Amino acid sequence: MSAIQQGVGTIQRAFLAVRGRGGWLVGLLLAVGWVMLPSMGLAAEGSTSGPTEYRDIPYIGSRNLVWIVAQLHLLLAGFVLGVPIFAWLCEVIAWRGGEQRYDKLAKEFTKLLTSAYATTALFGGILLFLLVAFYPKLMNYLTDVFFPSFLLYCLLFLLETATLYLYWYGWDAMQHGRKKSLHVFLGFLLNFFALFIMIVPNAWATFQSSPVVIAEGSALERAWAATWNPTWWPINIHRLIANVVLGGYICGAYAGVRYLSVKSPEDREHYDWMGYVGNFIGVFGLLALPFAGYWLMREIYQYNQQMGITLMGGFLSWLFIIQAMLIGVLFLGSNYYFWLGITYRIPGSEAKYRRAMLMMLVSLLLCLAVWMTPHSLVASIEEAQKMGGAHHPLLGVLGVMSAKMTVSNLMILITFMSFVMYWRAGKQDTAGWAKLGKAVMGAVLVLASIAVIVLGIWGYFVPAIVRINYFSTSQVAIVGFVILTITPLTALLLKSSKTTTEMVWGSMPPRAGYALVLNAVMVILLMTLMGYARSSSRVHWHVYGVMRDTSPYAYSPALGSASLIMAFCTFFFCILVAFIFWVATMGDKYKTASGAGKGELPHGIPAMAGGAPEERH
Amino acid sequence: MGALGKPIILMVGMYLFLKFVLPNIPGSAPLPSSLIFLYLLLTASGIVIYETLSGESKDAFWGPMQRFLTGENVGGLQALRYGVLILFPLLVGWQTYGSTAVSDLPPTESRTVHPAPPGEYTGLSNPVPKTPDNIMQGKGFYAAFCSPCHGGNFDGKGPAARGFIPAPANFADPTTIAMLQESYLFWRIKKGGVGLPIEGTPWKSAMPRWEVELPDEWIWKIIMGEYDGAHQSPRTWE
Repeated sequence: MSAIQQGVGTIQRAFLAVRGRGGWLVGLLLAVGWVMLPSMGLAAEGSTSGPTEYRDIPYIGSRNLVWIVAQLHLLLAGFVLGVPIFAWLCEVIAWRGGEQRYDKLAKEFTKLLTSAYATTALFGGILLFLLVAFYPKLMNYLTDVFFPSFLLYCLLFLLETATLYLYWYGWDAMQHGRKKSLHVFLGFLLNFFALFIMIVPNAWATFQSSPVVIAEGSALERAWAATWNPTWWPINIHRLIANVVLGGYICGAYAGVRYLSVKSPEDREHYDWMGYVGNFIGVFGLLALPFAGYWLMREIYQYNQQMGITLMGGFLSWLFIIQAMLIGVLFLGSNYYFWLGITYRIPGSEAKYRRAMLMMLVSLLLCLAVWMTPHSLVASIEEAQKMGGAHHPLLGVLGVMSAKMTVSNLMILITFMSFVMYWRAGKQDTAGWAKLGKAVMGAVLVLASIAVIVLGIWGYFVPAIVRINYFSTSQVAIVGFVILTITPLTALLLKSSKTTTEMVWGSMPPRAGYALVLNAVMVILLMTLMGYARSSSRVHWHVYGVMRDTSPYAYSPALGSASLIMAFCTFFFCILVAFIFWVATMGDKYKTASGAGKGELPHGIPAMAGGAPEERH
Repeated sequence: MGALGKPIILMVGMYLFLKFVLPNIPGSAPLPSSLIFLYLLLTASGIVIYETLSGESKDAFWGPMQRFLTGENVGGLQALRYGVLILFPLLVGWQTYGSTAVSDLPPTESRTVHPAPPGEYTGLSNPVPKTPDNIMQGKGFYAAFCSPCHGGNFDGKGPAARGFIPAPANFADPTTIAMLQESYLFWRIKKGGVGLPIEGTPWKSAMPRWEVELPDEWIWKIIMGEYDGAHQSPRTWE
C-alpha cells in the first residue's frame, strides 16, 4: 500500500474516532487532512529510487485537478484578454465619436478587469505550482526547451500589470485633451502586451501537440524553433477571436443580469443598451470564429493524420456534434436577441419583419439540423440493422465537412442579415439610389448563398485537397465579400435615411436578459469542451511523439466523465465571474445606498484592486 | 386551442414525416430514434422562439397553457388538469426509469467509424508508381480478394455483403475513402478488423488481416485500383 493510501486510511480512522463529538472537530480534521494530502503524495514518490516523475493526490487525482485549474485559468485569461479589447474599442468610439456612454461602458468593464486580472494570475500561480509538483519530469523538459520565453513572459507580465494600473487608475485624470490621447494609447499598449501574454504560453501548449524539436543550437534558437510550431498561429488567431467572443458575451450576460434586477428607468436603459453592445461584439467575433477553427483543424490534420482522425473521425468526433449543438444554441440565442430588439425596441417593426424573422429562423434550424447530424449515428442494434450499419444511407451524407462548412457559412450569413435588419429597422431610405442599392445588396446576398451551397455540394465530387484548399476558402471569401459589401452600402443608405421610429431602450422583456446569460454559458461550455478536445488529441503523450505519458492517467477519460468536469468548470467559472462582478460593484452599491457625495472619496476604495475610482464627471 | 393548434400540428407532422415519409424515399432507411428526437427538439425550439418574439404572440402561445394549468373557472377542463398534473410526472418517472433500468437489450451503438491509425502508418505514402498497368493490376487483385464483399462496382454490394452488419464500406460514397489518406487504407487492409486499436473496440469489422495473405506491394496496388474504380481521390496535402 502506498503512503498515500496509508495517509487516507489514517484520516478515515480519525474521522470514525471523532464521529459524534462535534461537527467542528470533524471539519477541522478534514481540513488538516486536505492540506496534508499533497505532502503525502510527495512523500510517496520520494521513497522510490531515481528522480520523481509524477506525484498524485487522492480522490480527485492529479490530472483532474490540473485539468480543472488549467481550464479555469484559461477561461479567466480569455476574459481578461478579451475585455480590454472590448473596453478599448468602446473608449475609442467615445473618444472619436463623442458618445460618453461608450466611455462609461469602457470604464465599467475596466473596473471588472483589475479584480479579474488578479484572480487570473492567482489561478496561473496555482496551476504552475500544481504542474511543478505533479509533473516534474514534464516541467523539467519544457523548462529546458522554453527557458528564454519564460523570462520574456515574466517581463510581459510586469509591463501588462503596470499598464493596467496606469490605464485604470488614470481613467479620470486622463479624460480630456492630450491626456485622453495618452490614455487611449495606454489602452492600446494594454492590448498589445496582452496579445503577447497570450501567444507566449500558447507556444508551450501547442508545442505539446505539434512539437518541433531541434537538437542543435543555442537555448534561444531551440526555444524559437519550438515556439514556431505548426499549430501555434492557428491557435493564436483562434484564441484571440474566441477571447473577444467570450468578453462580449460575458459583458452581455452581466448587463442581462443587471437589467433583470435594476428598478430605475435610467438603469434599465443603460443595461439594455450594454446588453446590446455585448451581444453585438460577441456576434461579430462569432462570425469569424468558425473560419479560425477550420484553419486550426486543417493544420492539425496536416501535421499528423493520427491526431486529425482522433479528433474528427475517431473517439473525440462526438465532441464536435456537441460543439455543433452549443454553437447552434449560440447562433439561435444571438439572433433571438436581435429579433427581440426589433420587436420591443422599435415599436411597430414586428409586423414588418415577422415574416423575415420566420424565414431566417427556419433557415437557421435547417442549417443546424445538418450541422448536428453525425456521420455515424447513435442507434440500437435493431435500428442499426435496419440502416445497414451506423451510417444512414441518405442522411449520412450530411455528416462530413463539406456539409458542415456550407451550413456554418450560411448561418453566419443569416446572422449577419439579422443584424442588418435590426440596423435598418425604424428607418426610411431617402437617398435617390436607395432602390438600386437594395437591389444590389439583395442580389449579392442571394448569389452568395447560392454559390456557398453549390460549392458545398460540388465539394463531394472533388479530391479532398481541392475542397479544403479552394472550395472551403472560397466559401469563407464569399461570406467575407458579402459582409464587406453590404456593411458599407447599408451605412451609406442609413446616413441619409429618415428615422421613422426612435429606438426605445429599456423596453426589452426579461427573456432577453435570460438569452444573454444563456449565450455566455454556451460560450464557456464551448471553451471547456474544445479545450478538452485539443488537449485529449495528444492521447497518451505529454509531448506528442516525443515524451510519453507514463503516469497512471495515460488514458483518455470517457466522454461522460469528461463532460462532468467540463460542466463543473463552467459552473465554477460562472461563480467566479459573479463573485468578481459582485466585488467590483460593491463600492458603487454602497455609495448609492448611503448617498455619499461624489467628491468625498478621491481615489475610490484603496484596499481592493478593482475598487472604483470616483467618477468626477 | 387557438395559437397552440399550429405548433401541435407542426410537431405531429414533423414526427410523421421523419418516422414514415423519409424512410420510404428510395435509397433511404428508417431513422434511429436519437435522430428523430434531435430533429423534433430543433422543431420545438423553433416554435418556442417564434412564438415568443413578441408579447402578443407569447401570450397567445403560453396563455392557453397557463390558463389551463392555473386559471380559475375552467369548468370541465378541471378534471383534465388533474389528469395532466398526475400523469405528466408519472410519464417523466417512467421515462427516467426506462432509460436507467438494467435492460437485457444490447447497448446502443456508438461505434467509432474511423479509429486513428497507429503512428507508424501515418507518414506512409504509396511506394508503387501510379501507372495504368499498376492500377489495372490493383483492380485485378481487388476483383479477386475484395469484390466478394465490397462489390464489383466498389459500392459495398458484393455477393457476400448481405452477411455483414455493418455492411462492407461503399467506396463509391464520397464520405468514405475519399476522406482518407492512402496510408489509412493500407493500415486497414493490412491489419483488418483484429488490428483495430483499443478505441475501436468492441470492433465490428469482418475485414480479414490481409498481411498474412498479400505482400505489401499488392495492397498498395489494390488501394490504387480502389480509388480509380470508385472514381475517388485519396486525401492529400499537395
